[in-house]
Order: sequence, then structure tokens, then C-alpha cells
Amino acid sequence: MATTQPTQPAQRTRPAPHPSGRLSTVTAVRRMAPYWLTVSLRTWRGSVVSAFLAPIFYVVAMGVLLGGFIASDRARLEGAPDYLSFIVPGLVAGHAMQTAVADTSWPVFSNFKWNRVYDSMVATPIAVRQVAFAHLFFVWARVTAVCAIFDLVVAPFGVYGSWWGPFAALAAQSLTGLTFATLMYGYACRIETDAAFGVVFRLAIFPLFLFSGAFFPVANLGAVGERVAQLTPLWHGVNLSRMLSLDTVDLSTAAINLAVLLAVAVLGGWWAVSGLEKRMQS
Amino acid sequence: MSIPAGIPLPLTSVQATWLLVERNIITYRSAWKLFITGFLEPVFYLLSIGIGVGQLIDTFEFNGQTIPYAEFVAPGMLAASAFNGALMDSCFNFFFKLKHLRLYDSVLATPVGTADVARGEVIWGQLRGGSYSAAFLVVMLLLGYIHTWWAVLALPAALLIGFAFSAVAMACTTWFTSWQDFEKVTLVQTPLFLFSATFFPVTAFDGWLRWVVECTPLYRGVVLCRELTTGTVTLDSLVSVVYLMVMGVVGLLVVRKRLDTLLLT
Amino acid sequence: MTESEIASTAEPMIWARGLRKSFGTGESAFEAVKGIDLDVRRGEAFGFLGPNGAGKSSTMRMIAAVSPVTAGELRILGRDPETDGPAIRARLGVCPQEDTLDSELNVRDNLVIYARYFGIGRADARARADELLELVNLTEKAKAKVDDLSGGMKRRLTIARSLVNRPDLLLLDEPTTGLDPQARHVLWDQLFRLKQQGVTLVITTHYMDEAEQLCDRLVVMDKGVVAAEGSPAALIREHSSREVAELRFGLGDVGADGADGAGANPHETHAADVADLGDRVEVLPDRLLVYSADGDEVLEAVHDRGLRPVATLVRRSTLEDVFLRLTGRTLVD
Ligand SMILES: Nc1ncnc2c1ncn2[C@@H]1O[C@H](COP(=O)(O)OP(=O)(O)OP(=O)(O)O)[C@@H](O)[C@H]1O
Ligand SMILES: [Mg+2]
Repeated sequence: MATTQPTQPAQRTRPAPHPSGRLSTVTAVRRMAPYWLTVSLRTWRGSVVSAFLAPIFYVVAMGVLLGGFIASDRARLEGAPDYLSFIVPGLVAGHAMQTAVADTSWPVFSNFKWNRVYDSMVATPIAVRQVAFAHLFFVWARVTAVCAIFDLVVAPFGVYGSWWGPFAALAAQSLTGLTFATLMYGYACRIETDAAFGVVFRLAIFPLFLFSGAFFPVANLGAVGERVAQLTPLWHGVNLSRMLSLDTVDLSTAAINLAVLLAVAVLGGWWAVSGLEKRMQS
Repeated sequence: MSIPAGIPLPLTSVQATWLLVERNIITYRSAWKLFITGFLEPVFYLLSIGIGVGQLIDTFEFNGQTIPYAEFVAPGMLAASAFNGALMDSCFNFFFKLKHLRLYDSVLATPVGTADVARGEVIWGQLRGGSYSAAFLVVMLLLGYIHTWWAVLALPAALLIGFAFSAVAMACTTWFTSWQDFEKVTLVQTPLFLFSATFFPVTAFDGWLRWVVECTPLYRGVVLCRELTTGTVTLDSLVSVVYLMVMGVVGLLVVRKRLDTLLLT
Repeated sequence: MTESEIASTAEPMIWARGLRKSFGTGESAFEAVKGIDLDVRRGEAFGFLGPNGAGKSSTMRMIAAVSPVTAGELRILGRDPETDGPAIRARLGVCPQEDTLDSELNVRDNLVIYARYFGIGRADARARADELLELVNLTEKAKAKVDDLSGGMKRRLTIARSLVNRPDLLLLDEPTTGLDPQARHVLWDQLFRLKQQGVTLVITTHYMDEAEQLCDRLVVMDKGVVAAEGSPAALIREHSSREVAELRFGLGDVGADGADGAGANPHETHAADVADLGDRVEVLPDRLLVYSADGDEVLEAVHDRGLRPVATLVRRSTLEDVFLRLTGRTLVD
């Protein structure tokens, strides 16, 4: 770099500081990376069952075994050749949501309430906003990895409509995960006791998982039910994931799905960052 | 040594057991939202899988009766929710009280003993689980899935399932050392929940696999509930009842023994 | 039992012979209490004094009838804890070394529910809880969560909880740890009152002043055995001189014979210079203790010999000195 002069050897080893002493977000995230990598390495074993095995059990039980009792009728399965192909992309999207909210509920709450990792981070030049970004970024990476492995494992079941299906579907699933990660993150920053998670899991996450079209076409909910289901972000994720994986893309629907997910993710990101900023001030 | 004129025992074991329940009720007063919403879980499953997926399925045959899918799934959900609730209480909540709250350390310094603790915690779990089961049966009735008086017995059946799994899960929990151990619970819970003929008939399995499934405890519970709500009770039902009872009693004895070694050191 | 029966019971409150406690089995077995004898009489205040790991808490837990005796005999209120555990615990108040409060309950409910465990009726339990909150000065915190209390407040709540059943025998394992000086003195006063009401007190502590103030009789425990037993005054008389002269020497100040004394303990090297001035000399890392009937005389003699300690102090002997004598170690390390 031109600014590096022989008279200032110290500058060679450190990145030039921002005039105000602030770090760029990229630098900040990189500084927090060792922490998040260590945490993920230490805990991945503990989440193998819920992250990988449990969803596979669902695929076998619902997709294969229950699916054996369901007639393969494209007209009644949103264009899927059989129930297994129908349910898999939905289950992965639903799983993306569940992994994301699991990683941003108690873990976030704990970081400012119990083990106070955030306090130690903001005691350095890192800004609160950057702490939230970094945490969300690593949750997103984890969700994407979990979904990728899921997609890979179910590939031998022959559930994809094209070779690019799993890749495109993964993008949709990953975006779904990010959307819900930001929403839950913002929520976690705004509650007083962790008991509030129990309620939101039971009244929001769980019904979303069951009624957003992962297990059955939302048309089965009746005209009103269908409309309501289509208002949920998870339905957009499930639908996009399914269309891409089955190669039954309807461009205008896909555009709407994508737009909704992106919009909610952006709003959620703001909700998460402002939530943490408020929290760390108090 | 001579024992002086007796110091009266202040508590009978029934009272001591009840005191543990009383303590839990007090802590739960502030968590009533959690209590109410707990009941919704099986209802959501019933509406989603039973009705949503059910529209893709015609009917199932059970013990010679042809029944609609939702009526097939509902008793499965009744049993499964008793099972899930029992595991939740006896693994997570019990572990929390045992290792983090260290609740029993102080309780055992009073006349209350380890057997009272074991009984009290199981009964508390059953009070909660039992009220969910009763509510779920009412939902089934309102949806028109019940056509027989046998169904009344499905409530004690659900309690029996809860009791059996509570006791065994609590016994296992006494060996847990960290929260990481709960992955093992998920590892057992998820397949039991999904493969115990809850969502599809056991005929989905062939040969030895079917035989294995028929020997698992949740399958016995699911079938028992299904036999009762559909009114097709057989001698097999009695087998299930004895199976679950033995499981619960053995579990409870182990819990007591383990609490003795863990806490009375 | 009626009052007169209690008075007439010659039975000791605690009676132990050859009491032992081991943890673990086989290779990894560790013996924390190695055969101790105890006789605690009704109405007495009895103390266990000893360093970390001496086996005080292990003994207390056996007395509380929550920890099975490994070997030897133990009778609490004349009963065998193995067979009559619940009946014994009904008459006991226990304040364990570590607070075991129920953090899912608020402050007042902690007391109410605990009273209920003793079979006390609901209305009585509430009344008793309010009374005890008043006693330990926590009435304002009645509705607070346990986790929101300060460390000392939690301690006070634990102490209040131990009184909830109006015990005959009160076991206090390091009751004043974490209390501020004022709360400590308040507690001593309260314990003194309880004693006057006929409650038998058993206290473990690291604080000699506490032991001297509160205990009629105490045992000094070390490594699982009783090193000495008696009243505080008797123990001091028996195992120590009347006064102690404390001498502190500077680091560079090395005795005549310590030629290359760099890094050596100067007190070590000076010990020989003063050994004949008292009955006994103890060398500590930071001090030299000279035991004698007259400490000032010792100091004068030290100066006469041309020794110049950087600091000196003359004081009366305490239990600390007894302990040092008996075990070769200080109490609070
Ligand atoms: N549950 C246990 N399992 C194994 N060893 C134990 C157990 N409890 C105590 N010990 C050991 O027994 C010894 C005596 O412990 P104890 O708690 O009785 O000491 P103490 O005199 O109360 O010490 P302190 O002043 O630190 O409280 C210690 O070496 C301790 O490690
Ligand atoms: Mg101790």
C-alpha cells in the first residue's frame, strides 16, 4: 500500500484504522469469526441428532411410510409425482426455519443474559450492530450447511425434477432460514424472561411448520385457510423450495415468493439490530 | 440405645408427595401461558396431519373396522402427546431441578424423602399431562371422532402412558451430566414418536421390523388408545396395560435408588 | 414430648463414636472423616473449627441425616439417622455451606414452601415466613426473586429458612460467610437468643472470633480427625502461651549466618536468633511468632540483640495459635 512508509513499520502489521477508530463491518465480523468457529466446532456433535438425524426420520416416516398410503396423483400434490417428492422440499424449508430459530432464541438470550458473551465483545472496538451481524451471519452459514447436507442425503430417493433443482432449492431454503433467524433474533432481544420462547414456539413456530404447506397442499385448508397460509413467510419459502426442486417453477409466483422472503429478511435484519442495540444500552 | 418417647413423624408419605406437587403448582402460577398453550400441540398435529394430509388418504382398516384417517391419527396423537409431555417434564424439567436448581438438596434436609420426591414429580407431570389429555378427548368428541363409551377409558390409558414414560425418563435423567445428553433423548424420542404406528398402520412394516415395533412401549400405548377410542378392545389391550404398568413401577424404583446414591452421599 | 421430658432427657443431642465417612469405593475411595467421637449436650453451642477440607461439612451432613454414615455409630436426638431419618430431620434446622434456595420461587414462598415440607399448616407457614423475614430484615424483599438478592441476603434467607420449623438442633455450616460485619453481629445476637431459648447450636467456621464468641465448646478438626477439644479458653490455655509477639522482617534483612540469603525467607533465618526468648517459635511466610507469657518482654529482648524487625505486634493468643500449634498450619490460608 502506498501509505505504508518505511518510517512507520508498525502499520505494516495492522490494518489502517478508520479515522474515528471504528472498524469496518467486514473486519469486525472477521475478528469475531474465531469465536463463532470455536463455538460451532465445540457444539456440532451435540446437535447432530436434531440437525441431521431427526429430519431424516421425518422423511422416512412421513415421506416413505405414510407416503406409501397416498395415491401418486400430480393434480392433488401440486405437481409432485409422489408424496415423497412433495414433502421433502417442504420439510427442508421447514427445517431451515427450525434450525434458524433454535440458534437465535436461547443462544442469543443467553449471550446477553447468562454467559454475557456480547458484553465482552462490545467492550472491544467492535460495535453492537456488528455483533448482531456476525452472529446472524454464522447462524445463516450453519443453516445453509445443514440444509445442504439434508438435500444431499435425500438425493438418492430421486426427489428432484432436474440436476440444478437441489442447488436452486438450497438457495431458497437458506434464504428462508435467514429470514426466520432475523425475526427470532429481534424477538429474543426484546423479551424479559426466556419463558417467552416457549409460548412463541408453541403458538408461532410449531403451527407454521405444520400448516405452511410442508406436509400437505395448502389448498386442503379450504379457501380461507389457504389464503391465510399464503400470508406466512414460511409458505413462501416452502413453495419456492418445492417449485425449484420439482422443476415446476411458475415465474410470477416465484418472483412473489422471493420478494416476500427478501423483504422480510431486510425488515427482520433491522428489527434484530435495533433490538440488540436497545438491549445492550439498558 | 434406647429411643426416647417418639418424636412424631410430621408427614405421611401421601402428604409429603403432595407437597412436591404443591411447590410445582406455585412455580407454575406465573407460567400459565405455557400451561395453556401446551394443550394445543396435539390439536395442531391432529388438524395438520389428520385433516390436511388426511384428505390425501382414504380410510384405514383397524382391528377389522374401517375408519377415516383423522379418526385413526387422533388416538395416536393422544398417546404421543402424553409421551412427549412426560419426556419434557421428566428429562428437561427434572434435570434442571436436579442439577441446576439443586432443589432436592434442600428438600431432603426436611422430613421429605427421595421416594416422596420421585412420586411427587411423577404425579405433578401426570396432573399436567392428564389435563391436556382430557382436553384433547373433548376436542375429539367435538370433531365427531368418538362413537363409543370405551373412549372414556382413554384418559386413564393416557395417564398410564405418561406415568410409564415419566418414570423411565426420570430414571435415565439421573445419569445425565450435561445438557448435551439431551441429544440422546431426541435420538430416542423422535423415532418412537414417528414409527409407533402413530401416523400410519403398523402394516407399513414387514417381518421382524414389525415385530420389533410391536414390542416398543409407545406402540403399546398408541394401540391401547386406538382400541379404546374406536371401541375395538381385545385381550391385547390388557397386555399393553400390564406392559406400561411394569415399566412405570420399575422406573420409579430406579429413580428412588438413583436419587439415594446421587443426593445422599 | 413435653417440656419436662425434654429437660429430663439425659440423652446427648449428638452422640458419635468412631464416626467415619468415605466417598467413592475401591481405588478412588477417599476418607474425609476418620473416626471421630462427639458428645453435644442439649442447649450447648458447639463448634467445628478447621481448615478447608478438614471434613467439617462432611460431618455436618451426617449429623443432618442426609449423608449415610460409612462406619462407627451416630445418634441424633437419641435416634439412629439410618432408620429414623425423617423423624430426626423434622427437629433439625440446617443451613448448608452453599445456599440451596429454590430460585423458581420468590423469597417469601421459599420460606412458606419449606415450612410446608415440615408438615406445617398453610396459614401457620405464612405467618412463620413473615415473622422470619422480619427477623433477617428481608421483609421488603418478600416478593423478590431469589436470583435478584445479593449474596449476603441469600445467606440470610437460608438462615431464616433453617429456623422455619423451630428446630431443637440448629446446624450452621459457615453461616456468616459473605455477610457484612453488621449482619454478622446481628446474626450472632440472634443465635445467642436462640441458645437462651434452649436451642442446641452446632456451627462450623473459619473465623476464630466467631468461634470464641459463640461456642461453649469446640473441636479443632484437621484431615478428618479431631485434633483437640474443649472450651475456647481452655484450648488456648492448654495449647498456647498467654501472649504472642509477632515480628515481621524485611526481605533483604537476612540473618548473620545466611550469607547468600537471596530469596530465602528472612523469618526462617531469624528464628534461631529469637528461639530462646519464648516457649515456642512459629515461622510463617510473612511473620515470626514468639509465644511467651509476656510479649513486651520479648520485644525488648529482640531490640537488645540488635535485631530490627520492620513491624511488630503483641497480642493475646487466639484459637488460631492453638490451631497452628496442633496442625502446623494456619486456619485461613
Ligand atoms: N461428595 C463428595 N465426593 C467426594 N469427595 C468429597 C465429597 N464431599 C467432600 N469430599 C471431600 O472430603 C474432604 C472434606 O470435605 P468437607 O467438605 O467436609 O470439608 P470442610 O471441612 O467442610 O472444608 P471447607 O472449609 O472448605 O468447607 C475434602 O477433601 C473433599 O474433597
Ligand atoms: Mg465445608
